[in-house]
Amino acid sequence: MSDTAEIYLDNSATTKVCPAAVKAVVEAMTQNYGNAASLHRKGYEAEQILIQAKKIISSILRCEQQELYFTSGATESNNLSLFGIAQAYRKKGNRIVISAIEHPSIMEAAKVLEQQGWEIVRVFPRQDRNFYVEDFVDVVNEKTILVSAMMVNNETGLILPILEIAKAVKQKYPTVLFHTDAVQGFLKLPIKLKNSGIDLLSASAHKIYGPKGIGLLYLKKGVRLTPLFYGGGQQNHLRVGTDSTALIAGFAAAVKEYHDKAQMYIKHYQQLNEYLNGLIEPISEITVHTSKQHVPYIVNLSIDRIRSEIMLHYLEQFGIFVSSGSACSKGAHSYVLGALGLSDAQIDTALRISFGTQTTCQDLEQLVKHLKGGISSLAKMK
Amino acid sequence: MKKEVIMIKNGEIALKGLNRKSFEDVLAKNIKWRLKDLGKFQITRAQSTMYIEPMEDEIDFEEAIERLKKIFGIAAFTCALVVEKEMSIIGQEAIAYMKDILPNARTFKVAAKRSDKKFPLTSPQLQQELGAALFQAYPHLKVDVHHPEVTVTVEIRDFGAYIHAEQILGAGGMPVGSSGKALVMISGGIDSPVAAYMMAKRGLQLHAIHFVSPPYTSDRALQKVETLCEKVSEYTGRIQFYCVPFTDIQVAIRDHCPEEFFTIIMRRLMIEIAVRIAQKQELGALITGESLGQVASQTIGAIVATDDVCSIPIFRPLIGMDKNEIVEIARKIDTFETSILPYEDCCTVFTPKHPKTKPILQQVRDAQAAFDFEPLIQQAVEHTIQKTIRSIS
Repeated sequence: MSDTAEIYLDNSATTKVCPAAVKAVVEAMTQNYGNAASLHRKGYEAEQILIQAKKIISSILRCEQQELYFTSGATESNNLSLFGIAQAYRKKGNRIVISAIEHPSIMEAAKVLEQQGWEIVRVFPRQDRNFYVEDFVDVVNEKTILVSAMMVNNETGLILPILEIAKAVKQKYPTVLFHTDAVQGFLKLPIKLKNSGIDLLSASAHKIYGPKGIGLLYLKKGVRLTPLFYGGGQQNHLRVGTDSTALIAGFAAAVKEYHDKAQMYIKHYQQLNEYLNGLIEPISEITVHTSKQHVPYIVNLSIDRIRSEIMLHYLEQFGIFVSSGSACSKGAHSYVLGALGLSDAQIDTALRISFGTQTTCQDLEQLVKHLKGGISSLAKMK
Repeated sequence: MKKEVIMIKNGEIALKGLNRKSFEDVLAKNIKWRLKDLGKFQITRAQSTMYIEPMEDEIDFEEAIERLKKIFGIAAFTCALVVEKEMSIIGQEAIAYMKDILPNARTFKVAAKRSDKKFPLTSPQLQQELGAALFQAYPHLKVDVHHPEVTVTVEIRDFGAYIHAEQILGAGGMPVGSSGKALVMISGGIDSPVAAYMMAKRGLQLHAIHFVSPPYTSDRALQKVETLCEKVSEYTGRIQFYCVPFTDIQVAIRDHCPEEFFTIIMRRLMIEIAVRIAQKQELGALITGESLGQVASQTIGAIVATDDVCSIPIFRPLIGMDKNEIVEIARKIDTFETSILPYEDCCTVFTPKHPKTKPILQQVRDAQAAFDFEPLIQQAVEHTIQKTIRSIS
């Protein structure tokens, strides 16, 4: 469609798999293709992939290898966390506390639990669009079994004070468990799980240049969990099914690759963020919704009276890919942006720009050039 | 000589006079085309019935039946077992052929027809003998000549004895192509695929035209319309599809015409483009999914204003139907779920807040004359992309 190169600014949706991960996947598929549960040498070789992967990830997250479980992705990790904890601790209590801006894999799972009789309490941000630790602590009672709050919101990049929430909640009721959906912060924000107060953590490979279809659940030693599936007993019976060794190999390779340069990347994102804000500032039609409380690699903004999806497709013509704040369908507003206090008009016109390791200042110049083009040529909402 | 065949009852075609053969030819061709990849079939016509005879052993008969249900021009059809014209054989084979049906029925009757008058038994005699044989094999049955649950029909024809299974309802209507060709304007909503289906049922071969306005409409919106055409093509056979780039025209309307006339002028320009493509492709009429009063552009006044620029007939099969009646058909032809996918309404930026529901023709003409659309129309026609759409099966 366009003769310009691709400018991919939707890295919070997914990322392009890095060469090291591709190589690891292919190797595992073509050479170490055995079943990790087989007793013979091919099985042993495949099992080494798993062991290696857990070594790499556990040393980065500062946890034990046996506390890590591989899943099909963060959606499964989140579902497993909610349903698994609810089931295992149902005799202890029936209240679960979540933030109101969680990913659908938490929100929808919580809805189902609610229908089954669990009491779900959703904590909203205050007027200033931030979450306060006290608001979580206040709704935790002796019936509470789990608190779940995401590390970084996927639409706006808002950072939630998860460590503080975990600590404060446990001070009030030490037996309450804490889960975090860390998908958007995994490897990008530093975290040490040991003694952190975090009991469960979900992450996924494809946001950090690994393959799709593979994710991670950290489950602290001693925490009970009822599995979602039953079968051959793999992964300590908690997540059965033949180990997906090729994807796990790709995941581990991507983790290693990213983690080695993580500090450099975060500085890079900060520079890009400042640069983009500088370019946008003079444009009166654009309102930026992100601030210092947000990660630097996600910028959420609204463009006056131009519906997100139209601007998205307009930019696409020039090979620029971003994400819309809401789908262009009747009433399908983003509940996240709504909960964060944006007006309907702002939600309808919201765009999410998310940087990647390869994003350059020139890419952002192109983006802003075409945003301006769109603002002057596209039809406005009435 | 034992084998299974399918016997087709032509719907309205049977009522045609001297033209009947040409209608039957079209139907036979359509059937052949639809069954082609299932194996070799022979289609023969005799005594006002069309016979489809498989010429290979490994043919998926059930799939053939599913496809026949969707071919217009077939009122009903029946699978039948052809056996020798010998009473003992007929009895034996009928017992075996009915083994999935009769054990589950409580009442039955036998109907016999004898078009080969050389057969030694008369029809009533044949009925009695076969009835007795079946009764012996399935003693739980009771005879009910008025309201039987199952009617076992046997026909003695020139080629052999035909034992019928249950009659299956066909799609009705006229064979696609027997009424000519027309161009359906398809938007992606619920109505236009239904209109397409209804006019194909009257024997029209379909071409389809769709207008895209990137970036206001997306690749997925186009994909949705192609999927709709694919689903409709299960009934209509392959569809020639024209995709017209329409953004420049919409922008020009917005920039140069009064807002209250946006939609009506847009529709007039769509019709103008459709007519040009129809003429180029020798298509005799346009088809739209309009239903009177459903929206502001589907009032008498709006229809007058669109017909004003159209030199060929516009068929509007849904004009007198309620939404729920349309939805019922959309569900039947399996387009509903696709139609309600939320991809199309990005164009809402161009819809006026208060459209004229009773536009005066001269006012519309004047409003449109404010800008010379001719070069843009020519450009749109020139850059129209054509492709063939057929169902995957």
